[in-house]
Parts: sequence; C-alpha cells; structure tokens
Amino acid sequence: MTTNKDNAAANVLHMQDITMQFGGVVAVNGLSLDVNEGEIVALIGPNGAGKTTAFNCVTGIYEPTYGQVGFMGETILSNTPKGKMQKTYLGDTSPHPIPVVRNTPDVITKKGIARTFQNIRLFGQLSVFDNVLIAKHMRARQNVFSATLRLNHQEEARMRGETMALLKEQKLDHLKDEIASSLPYGLQRRLEIARALATQPRLLLLDEPAAGMNPQETQELTDFINEIRDSYHLTVFMIEHHMDLVMQISDRIYVLDFGKLIAHGTPAEIQNNERVIEAYLGVSDDA
Amino acid sequence: MKKISSYKNKILTLLALLIFIGIIHFLEINKSQYSYQISILERSAIYAVVAVSMNLLTGFTGLFSLGQAGFMAIGAYVTAILTIPVDKRASVYYVNGISPAIADSNCPFWLALIIAGLAAAATAALIGIPVLRLKSDYLAIATLGFSEIIRAVIAAPQLDTITNGSYGLKSIPGFPNLYVTFGLCALCIFLMILLIHSSYGRAFKALREDETAAQAMGLNLFRYKELSFVISSFFTGVGGGLLAMFMRSIDSKTFSISLTYDILLIVVLGGIGSVTGSVLGSFLVTAGREWLRFFDNPLSIGGVEIPLFRSGFRMVIFSILLMAVVLFYRRGIMGSNEFTWDGLGRLIVSIPRRLADSIRRVTGKKRKEHRHNDNE
Repeated sequence: MTTNKDNAAANVLHMQDITMQFGGVVAVNGLSLDVNEGEIVALIGPNGAGKTTAFNCVTGIYEPTYGQVGFMGETILSNTPKGKMQKTYLGDTSPHPIPVVRNTPDVITKKGIARTFQNIRLFGQLSVFDNVLIAKHMRARQNVFSATLRLNHQEEARMRGETMALLKEQKLDHLKDEIASSLPYGLQRRLEIARALATQPRLLLLDEPAAGMNPQETQELTDFINEIRDSYHLTVFMIEHHMDLVMQISDRIYVLDFGKLIAHGTPAEIQNNERVIEAYLGVSDDA
Repeated sequence: MKKISSYKNKILTLLALLIFIGIIHFLEINKSQYSYQISILERSAIYAVVAVSMNLLTGFTGLFSLGQAGFMAIGAYVTAILTIPVDKRASVYYVNGISPAIADSNCPFWLALIIAGLAAAATAALIGIPVLRLKSDYLAIATLGFSEIIRAVIAAPQLDTITNGSYGLKSIPGFPNLYVTFGLCALCIFLMILLIHSSYGRAFKALREDETAAQAMGLNLFRYKELSFVISSFFTGVGGGLLAMFMRSIDSKTFSISLTYDILLIVVLGGIGSVTGSVLGSFLVTAGREWLRFFDNPLSIGGVEIPLFRSGFRMVIFSILLMAVVLFYRRGIMGSNEFTWDGLGRLIVSIPRRLADSIRRVTGKKRKEHRHNDNE
C-alpha cells in the first residue's frame, strides 16, 4: 500500500509495533506507521480508537508497553514488557526483548516534535505573548543566575524578537497582551499552534485541530495547515474527525479501530475501503 | 501618554523609596523611643521575605509546600552557630559543652546568612527528590512532615553539643543598624522579583498553569520544580537567619508548625501569586496582632467587667477578622495582581462609587436583586 512518496522522501516518524496497555485494556495494539518528510498524514478512527494514546506514546507522555518510536532515524522511545507485565501482556504482536529507550516529553520536544492538544492546553492566566515566549526558553543560552541578574540581555531580546516575529506571521500580534484564556475558541486553537511552532519543530502533531469549528473555519484551517507546512518546512501528523478536512488535506491516512490499524492509504482508497465504512457505521458515528 | 505616565510612576516610586528611607532614618535616630514599633516592623520585614519565598513556590510555581518552618530553622541555626561570638560560646553551651568542630567557627553575619541559605537550599534539594513527585495536598503533607523531622533532629539530644538541644542558642549578635535589617529584606525580595520576571519565572508560571503543556514546551518538570523549591528554600533559610538575628535567641520550638501557618496566612491574605500582596500581608498580620492587644486587657464599662476581655481574646478577634477577609476578598487582598501606581489611582478614584454601592447594599435596595440572582 505504499505510495510513491514513501521512497522519495526521508522518514521522519516511524512507529513500530506500538502497544499501550492500561491494566487489562489494550488502548493501542501493535500500531506500525510511517510519516515522511513534508507529508500531511492523518490518523482517523471512531471515538476511543486509541488515536490520542498513540500521540501520547510518540511525545513521551506515556511509555509504550511494547514497541519503538523512531524520529529522524533515531530511536527516541523503546520499551518491552517487564516483570508482571510479561504475564499480563495482551497485545497481538509477540514482544521481543529490545533495548529500552526512555525520554521525557521535554527532551522529545527539544528533538523537534511539537504538538497541540485535543482539549486546548494554553497557559490560561498568561498573556498571548508569554505563551509563545515560554517555548523559546528551552533553547536559550542562559542559566538561572544570568537570567535573574539580567546578564542575558541579548538572549532575552532575541527570544522576544523571535516571539514577536512569529506572532506577526500568525497574525496574532495585535492580541499579544490579551490573557490567553480570554481569547475566543478559534483564536485559542491558533495560538496553541503558534506556540507549538515556536519550539522550532520538524514534526507537528495536531490533535483534532478542527474540533468545534464550523465548516468555514474548518476550510480556513485547511489552508492554514497547508501554509505552515510549506513556510516552516514541516511534516504534519494529525488526528481529525472532520472528514472534509482529512480528505482534502492528507497525503495519506491511517485508520485505527479498537487500537488496531484497519486500513492505510490515500484519501481515495480510504473512502472506498469496506472495513473503514464498517468501523464508522457499525460503531458510534461521529464523523 | 504612556511615556509620561511611566515617567510619573518612576518619580512616585523614587519618592516612596525616599520616604521609606526617611522613616528608617528617623527610627534609627530615635531607636530607644520607638523600640516597640521597630520590633514590629523588623519582624514584618523578615516575615515578608519568607512569605514572598513561599509565594514563589505556591503562587508562581503552583507547588503547595508547608515546609517553611523547617528551612527557617536550618537557616536560623546555621546563622546562630556561625555568628555567636567565640568568647560567649562557653556561657551559651554551659550545660552540654560545645562540639570542637564548631567551637571556633565564626564569620561575618552576611556570609553566615548566605551559608544559612545554602544549607537550607541543599536540604531542600535532597528532600525535593522524593517529595516533588507528589502533587498538591500530598506535597503539602510530605513537606510538613519533613519540616517536623528537621525540627526534631535539631532538638535531638545527640546534637546537643551543636544545637544546644532544648536550651536553644542565645547571644546571637543582632543587626548593626536598621538599614541593614530592611536593606537585606528588600534585597532578598528584589532578587525574587527579578527571578519571577525572568525567563525562569515564566517557566515556573507555565508549570503552574499546565504541567503537560509545559512539558510539551520543552520544560523538564522535575528540574524546574526542584529549581523553584531550592531557590524558595534558599530565601526561606536566609529569612530564618534574619529571624535569628532579630530574636537574638532561638530554640527548636520557635520553628514549630505554627510558624509555617503564620507564613501561609500572610500569603493567602495577601493574595497567592502576588509579591506585593505578601509584603502587605506580612505587615498587616504582624502589626494586626499587636494592635489588637487591648482586647487582652480586662475592660470594664460602667463598673461592669466584660468577661470576654481576657488574655487570648485578641486571637479570637484576629481569627474572626481573617475569616471576614477570606470571605469577602476570596483571593486575598491583592489577588494575583501586583501593586502599581495606576492601580492605586484607580482604587482612590473608585472609592466614592464603592462607598455608594455599599450604602445602597446596606439600605437594602440592591440586596433584593442579589438574592434574586442567587436563587436563579
């Protein structure tokens, strides 16, 4: 089912046999997928299919029970069941002993994976400007003494300059002093994406960016995602329920149901896939 | 317009600073006459340092810790041990004798305060490793426990030759003058304000707002929590050292849980997340206790003795006042706002309207509307 693009572009994200088990529930079951440079790839599936869990496994919020995550050719997360989990492991893929690689979410962000959240997670009481400025902190050359005693003038000025430039690009500069939580919903989404862009990512994970948006806003978002992909040289991997958006924008689509990958292909292939139709119509429909 | 107002504000700040220095100068000259007032102000200023450092942790990083008394104890004892004059040590440690390790340790008070802060910070760094994995109430309980452990260790008989056990330490040299007291307190608070407004302060606030999002912005949760905890404890330790210098004699009971609650009270009253609130709160709480002292004295009206007026009654009144403040200013005096001259101006301008509002409320006109709203 590989498309021509697979061979042409470098692999950005590689998930191999990712299984995430909570107690006796297997939320993600043996998920393997690839996202290549410059692509927009969508992960779709009915509610509770394990899409957000899969995202959390990539960004290090969860430690997968079994499987490996590679980013730009480097293994960033890898785990295999240990101890009690060896006996209670319910995943379909039989686990092999693989070296364990752990990384906390902040390290993964530094490596170049940024994300937004399904239920917007802004720093609510801080200004729009500060929300974006915080993303610049991790790459700044300073320590707590130089920052407190204001010996980091140049760094601070650079961080503020970059933040202002980004806000201008995202057309949020006129709102820079507003408190983030006071913004209307659509702008909060935009700000969250701007904040993710400020971490200078190679790969942007969007968790339901169009949730709660009307058709017109969704159309604007489609253009917006295409635009930032081109202007920031990004690869985009997103979870989305709006089928219009997904079909229009995606290069490839992965379909997840009950934690398992049931289909993979171009939008046209997915639209006519029987298992996908079954999953969406057979289970609660929310697309 | 904006430039003119910022210019005006700078002048106002400078004026306030001059008045402040003037008051200290006046008190310094008339030390003996105002010794009671001076002691209240000194205690307030020292509590302000500790309250701001607690606010750094609770209000700005979102970590609710109740270990203040423990870190103050470390700071106070380190300062005391390093500054008690060598020739007076024999009389301080006359019961248990003095450990040879500290018999000749002596250094100027400013160095002692820094060492005190570092000692508290080092302890915090160790305690932080297990404790900072906990959240909210659990963190509070764990730090409270550690604070009691620190106090118990200080009072332990095995350390008698160092801490002088239950006899405590006395003959601690006080502040050379009032400029030093208030100057040091102001310096500590100023440094914390600088930190809060720096890039690291923003990182702390991000952690407070949303830990998951903060991680997604590349902030290591543990590292930044630990950093905030250590810095806060450093200043708490310095505050403890200042308190030792102020009190001249300390023992482990000085640093019981009630001291932590005093600080917590100041922070809550002033407003969690407001530095100026904490400073204001510490002066109000410390002074308030003293102003209410007349409730402790027996009072007779027309020859009839009012039975309530006896020693301890002021604390009842004090508690009622506190409850009133918490009920009506739910977020403390300042909320999470900071003092600004423009804010003060707005407050003064709004006083007539507020008065009119409250009069209307008392006369009952508005009250009905409010009730109606409540029922909805």
